[in-house]
Amino acid sequence: MASPDSLAVSTGLPDEAPGSRTSAVSDPGASVESLIEGLGGIGYIASRRIATALYLGLHLGKPILVEGPAGVGKTELAIAASQLLGLPLIRMQCYEGLDESKALYEWKYGKQLLYTQILKDHLGRSLAEAPSLAAALEGLHQDGDLFFSEPFLEPRPLLTALRQPGGAVLLIDEIDKSDEAFEAFLLETLSAFQVSIPELGVIRAATPPVVFLTSNNVRDLGDALKRRCLHLHIPLPDQALEERIVASRVPGVEAALRRQLVAFVQALRARDLRKLPSISETVDWARALVLLHVEALDPAVVRETLNVLLKFEADIAAMDAQIGDLLAGVG
Amino acid sequence: MQAGLEGFLKALRAHEVAVSPVEAIDAHRAAVQVGFADKKLLRDALCVTLAKSADEVARFETCFDLYFARDRLSRALDEGQAAETAARREAIEAPRQAPAGPFDLEAALEGGDEAGLAAAMEQAAAQVGAREIRLQGQRSLMTRRLLDEMGLRGLEARIAAARESGDAAERALAERLARARERLFAQAGAFVERQAGLYAAHSARRMREQVLARKALTAVEPEEVWAMEALTRRMARKLAVKYARKRRRARRGRLDVRHTLRRSLAHGGVPFEIVWRTQKVDKPKIAVMCDVSRSVAQAAQFLLLFLYCLHEVVERLDAFAFSDHAVAVTDTLREETVDDAISLILERVGFRSTDYGRALADVFEMHGAKIDRRTTLIILGDGRTNYAEPRLEVMRAMAERARAVIWLNPEPETYWGQGDSKMDAYARFCTVARTCNSLESLERLIEDVLRKYLPR
Repeated sequence: MASPDSLAVSTGLPDEAPGSRTSAVSDPGASVESLIEGLGGIGYIASRRIATALYLGLHLGKPILVEGPAGVGKTELAIAASQLLGLPLIRMQCYEGLDESKALYEWKYGKQLLYTQILKDHLGRSLAEAPSLAAALEGLHQDGDLFFSEPFLEPRPLLTALRQPGGAVLLIDEIDKSDEAFEAFLLETLSAFQVSIPELGVIRAATPPVVFLTSNNVRDLGDALKRRCLHLHIPLPDQALEERIVASRVPGVEAALRRQLVAFVQALRARDLRKLPSISETVDWARALVLLHVEALDPAVVRETLNVLLKFEADIAAMDAQIGDLLAGVG
Repeated sequence: MQAGLEGFLKALRAHEVAVSPVEAIDAHRAAVQVGFADKKLLRDALCVTLAKSADEVARFETCFDLYFARDRLSRALDEGQAAETAARREAIEAPRQAPAGPFDLEAALEGGDEAGLAAAMEQAAAQVGAREIRLQGQRSLMTRRLLDEMGLRGLEARIAAARESGDAAERALAERLARARERLFAQAGAFVERQAGLYAAHSARRMREQVLARKALTAVEPEEVWAMEALTRRMARKLAVKYARKRRRARRGRLDVRHTLRRSLAHGGVPFEIVWRTQKVDKPKIAVMCDVSRSVAQAAQFLLLFLYCLHEVVERLDAFAFSDHAVAVTDTLREETVDDAISLILERVGFRSTDYGRALADVFEMHGAKIDRRTTLIILGDGRTNYAEPRLEVMRAMAERARAVIWLNPEPETYWGQGDSKMDAYARFCTVARTCNSLESLERLIEDVLRKYLPR
């Protein structure tokens, strides 16, 4: 049994003690404003709508379905929320063929087999001592149940999230890549925050986790799932918002250059490209420019670093000739 | 405000944002959570609970702004006219205070009681069912009913009577009331206009689309073409989503008990190695031949559009367009945008007279070797050969190789075999031959095809 690659648990606050958080902000979820402020404090610039969605998600106890182009910070939102709330982040990456045994729990088959082999003699002895076949069978039933108990249970992300005593932030990434059947299964889990394991019984979350689902629109999600979620569409940001994001993420970049580079990216987005550069590309580009000690954009620098922004050869070739025009528009 | 939210949800449904009861409950809970004082906050909160896609977000925002504009409007009216009203009230020494009884239109107009008027208009709207407005054409009727409900007849009688009388003061009053009545007309018109915008805009479109979907492809008027195109695209997209799901589901594996047991023999019967049954995906192939000749010219661009959309869904689609000869258009569909692809194809082979024999032979020559038991051949055409040799033997050869041959003909079955139609002869080689003369039937048939004749 390979360890599940889809499971990653990280503690929410890597460099901040849990105690200091509570003193800094009494309750980050108290209002939309305090959420914006709190998220801003840990480097996530949230629009009002994003903060409102998070606020309602916290107070109505509903999962938040986040949609939008790749790289606008869908996953980042969940990470930032887990830091802000001081809850562990449990992330589940979806893919085609993901099923319950990878998402919820699995029995440790190998361990079970190994233990039966090791205990074979012991089992044999105790069964041999049984007065009758029925008694032996009865004994076997009792022993057998031992192998389907907690120590042999391998919890996967969903179960882990439900069993966190203080609650957790559960990020179900790229739900659109999973199959329909899995979506239906998720529905059940997300509406009641409980799962039933036939051998152990029902496991109910003491504190329901804060759930984020992200989707890139690979396929249309079922209506039932959408109905159960709050829906947050994050569009590509406008100039002002993107400048603030860059300022927060790449503090080393000068204000003039920042305005210029964001305007350039904004102009790029108006072009007919196969893959539009999103926020993560802008941030990467800003970092690259800082590393290269660029003071102001000029065609040569842009040409050399265009591959940071554009990810398709055809896009780069098409834009290469237009760099002059684009820069002239940026001013 | 509860009622206000209900009205808004209704408007939202009219704007084609699906709002289920659960979502309605969520909306109420969200509204209670954030309160009604901050419009922007309320807007964001309702948006995340109700709009479930990027399209719906846009529609939600339009609808929200339109719906809650009323409050802003009446407030602006209140503020703007407060001074004027006060002055006028002074002038006519306010003999009639706001009546406690039934709404007095004359008093309200004379007193400049805009808030009262707005409230009365709302009430009258509820009485005459302005929210039930479904068609833009009902606007003037609805405006009239609204005004009648507010007591316009009484007002008109009053004006007429005042004009008749010899008293100068009475006549001045008549003039004032007449001017006020004009203003009232304009306000009621705007009010109904907004109701129509809220509730009727999309229902009219839906009705038109229903009619279009059932309309014969050959009878589509030029001015309906754009609406038809949008509809075709949506239908194809719907099929695409459905079909894509089906294919994925077929790919899942299951425990292979036989192999697991067999492998376990090596470990003394302990099933250490677990074998999953992998379902072999018999990849379906579709070959489509689309007639773009003069006789089906009207339908041709929709067939091509459908072909284009289908191509985006089915991985292995080979497409051919034909009139007097056939050409492979798969690459064109793949490389060009939809409009370019269609016009390119029509340019290459469109609008000539058909030669089915030649076209079939062309396709057989180009593609015959690739037609096998996994291939479903779909032919879209009227089967009119212009008395040329039908080459039934080619048809037979293709039918024998293919898994299924499906012929969709825009002509009704009674015409098959009449005149130069060789449809009855061709139909014998087809697994299915059906009449398909509207988008609706095309969608249904294609769905049938995808479900029944494609291997999973």
